[in-house]
Amino acid sequence: MTAVATRPVATRSWLSDLEDEAIHILREVAGQFERPVLLFSGGKDSIVMLHLATKAFWPGRVPFPVMHVDTGHNFDEVIEFRDRHVARLGVKLVVASVQDSIDRGRVRETPGQPRNPLQTVTLLDAINEHRFDAVLGGARRDEEKARAKERIFSVRDDFGQWDPRNQRPELWDLYNGRHRRGEHVRVFPISNWTELDVWAYIEREGIEVPSIYYAHERPVFQRDGMLLAVTPWTQAGEGEPVTTESVRYRTVGDATCTGAIRSIATTVADVVVETAAATISERGATRADDRASEAAMEDRKRKGYF
Amino acid sequence: MPGQLLRVVTAGSVDDGKSTLVGRLLHDAKAVLADQLTAVEAASERRGYDGADLALLVDGLRAEREQGITIDVAYRYFATANRTFVLADTPGHVQYTRNTVTGASTADVAVILVDARNGVLDQTKRHAAVAALLRVEHVVLAVNKMDLVDYAEPVFDSIVGDFAAAAASLGLDTFTPIPVAALGGDNVVERSARMSWYAGPSLLEHLEGIESSQAAEVPARFPVQMVVRPRTAEHPDYRGYAGRVEAGTLRAGDPVVVLPSGRTSAVAGIDTPDGSLDAAAPGRSVVVRLTDDIDIARGDLLAVDRDPRPSVVRSVTATVCWLAERPLRAGDRFALRHATRDVPAVVDEVETRLDVTTLKHDQTDELQLNDIGAIHLRTAEPLPIDPYSLNRSTGAFLLVDEDGGATVAAGMVAAPSE
Repeated sequence: MTAVATRPVATRSWLSDLEDEAIHILREVAGQFERPVLLFSGGKDSIVMLHLATKAFWPGRVPFPVMHVDTGHNFDEVIEFRDRHVARLGVKLVVASVQDSIDRGRVRETPGQPRNPLQTVTLLDAINEHRFDAVLGGARRDEEKARAKERIFSVRDDFGQWDPRNQRPELWDLYNGRHRRGEHVRVFPISNWTELDVWAYIEREGIEVPSIYYAHERPVFQRDGMLLAVTPWTQAGEGEPVTTESVRYRTVGDATCTGAIRSIATTVADVVVETAAATISERGATRADDRASEAAMEDRKRKGYF
Repeated sequence: MPGQLLRVVTAGSVDDGKSTLVGRLLHDAKAVLADQLTAVEAASERRGYDGADLALLVDGLRAEREQGITIDVAYRYFATANRTFVLADTPGHVQYTRNTVTGASTADVAVILVDARNGVLDQTKRHAAVAALLRVEHVVLAVNKMDLVDYAEPVFDSIVGDFAAAAASLGLDTFTPIPVAALGGDNVVERSARMSWYAGPSLLEHLEGIESSQAAEVPARFPVQMVVRPRTAEHPDYRGYAGRVEAGTLRAGDPVVVLPSGRTSAVAGIDTPDGSLDAAAPGRSVVVRLTDDIDIARGDLLAVDRDPRPSVVRSVTATVCWLAERPLRAGDRFALRHATRDVPAVVDEVETRLDVTTLKHDQTDELQLNDIGAIHLRTAEPLPIDPYSLNRSTGAFLLVDEDGGATVAAGMVAAPSE
């Protein structure tokens, strides 16, 4: 192997603690399950997850595939990044398509509504089809109050449901992945990271993320207090003037319900500073799907959402 | 950016105002963002409350918000100029003690709340017992709702005296008492002007100042999570053992014993993708190479080959928190999860149960949900263990239901037995 200069024991930071914890969890998944998969959308959290997986199994390869649950409403930059990134790392990509689920009549699309809720059916179908027993996700507890209640190893029943009132006690760093046939376990290795931690880690590790996370000029319009991009699926309506602004994305999801923020942060260092000073939460600023009700995320999670 | 990470668990009885305290802590430490506060204000108004109910910041589940109680652990994150905090807010209901145990197991500090009007309750003692049993290093007694007892010093002193008596019989040597009024923010982040008799720090000041004393230097423990054999062109012959240093510091050149087999070798190298290390501190995830080619698999434990070494036993006396609805009795069988190893186990005897009112250990032959007790068990295969008092990770185990997979007990090794 190639030995680089050794580091002293004492130079520890909280980012290293979080990295060590995530690597330990990823290795437990490889040790306890037969058919894990890592959810990979090309968003920053899943990119960090895949980066952690390459470190966890180094100098070997990541011993499981990655899966994108694709709504079909994507930012071109993200799909281009996704394909290039998995090719470079040599991991297998499974694409589970919401459009396929619609075409096969598994779900019905409501015109004008985002496809995010439909992802649940596509995800659960893909888990059944590939017989995945562990599904690694990049959800973080700081994102949302229902996610703050989530375990690191979280059992889902035959119907993919989460029962927040009956979760397994999770003690020390002993993760219990036992499950019945037909059940699967969702695993969240970066549960204890915040948005700022993710960006600080991206900066420290020099990780590449899609260009839309950095400030760029884009035609946008205002709707429900959010800045939406003009895309084939989102067109400005009457009284929604389109302007070109310097924006970036804090989250990357379905293009129809993910808003941009005004920003001039063009580098990762700028984004770290901007994130540290933010006064609006990540999902509050940019996700229409969480605004439906006080318990919108809990309700989606109960049905098997990420 | 703030350096050291401090893990804090909060525990209190129902209506002690724990979620309000946590909400106040987050709010006054500027860890609540504008849109989150707006959402809480709107939700409070819908419920007809006066002002924002900060408890709604942490009680995120529908059932919690409807009933005004905390059901499951909520994890919150905030940082001050000095420190990064992970806060596990745990429920007060006896029914949900298992969730309190979950939060306490990884904590450096336990903040135990009491209502100044009610003083030390059985549930307070239960929380103190959990903190003592799990060996949470620092305990804070937050006497809340001081505003409802006219900020009176004698009330505070009397509660501190009661708690000290309970703590002593549980083996909790030291704790830090702080009088607070979470509703108004007294002594939460800012020191209160209404309790001039109290000269100590606010809760946040105290938390910022806590020194996390690494456990006394013990010989390193390294449970093997997986064998790394890439067999690629770049690394054709590489063979290493991936895992996390669970105690002590592992150094290149250390003599090690592989348990339970008892074979000996030495650390040839400690590898990470960022370079090799001379030494790996507790908590580090690394890959270890040994000087000898010996049979090692997931579940094996590498221990530095000097005293105190782990005991390799098939029989254990342990303290357990029983977390299942059905009772625990002699003859019950489980999968026992220890470090990275699963072994079948059978309970030989249920010996005693802690009475949280009297704090005495009574003879019993079964444990009910949320009971803490002493049991004796046998395992189908030899297990390399340490007493929990020596080592939090190689002294801890879970009992897992073999059919459903539920975690039914948290176990702490009292003593290995032959």
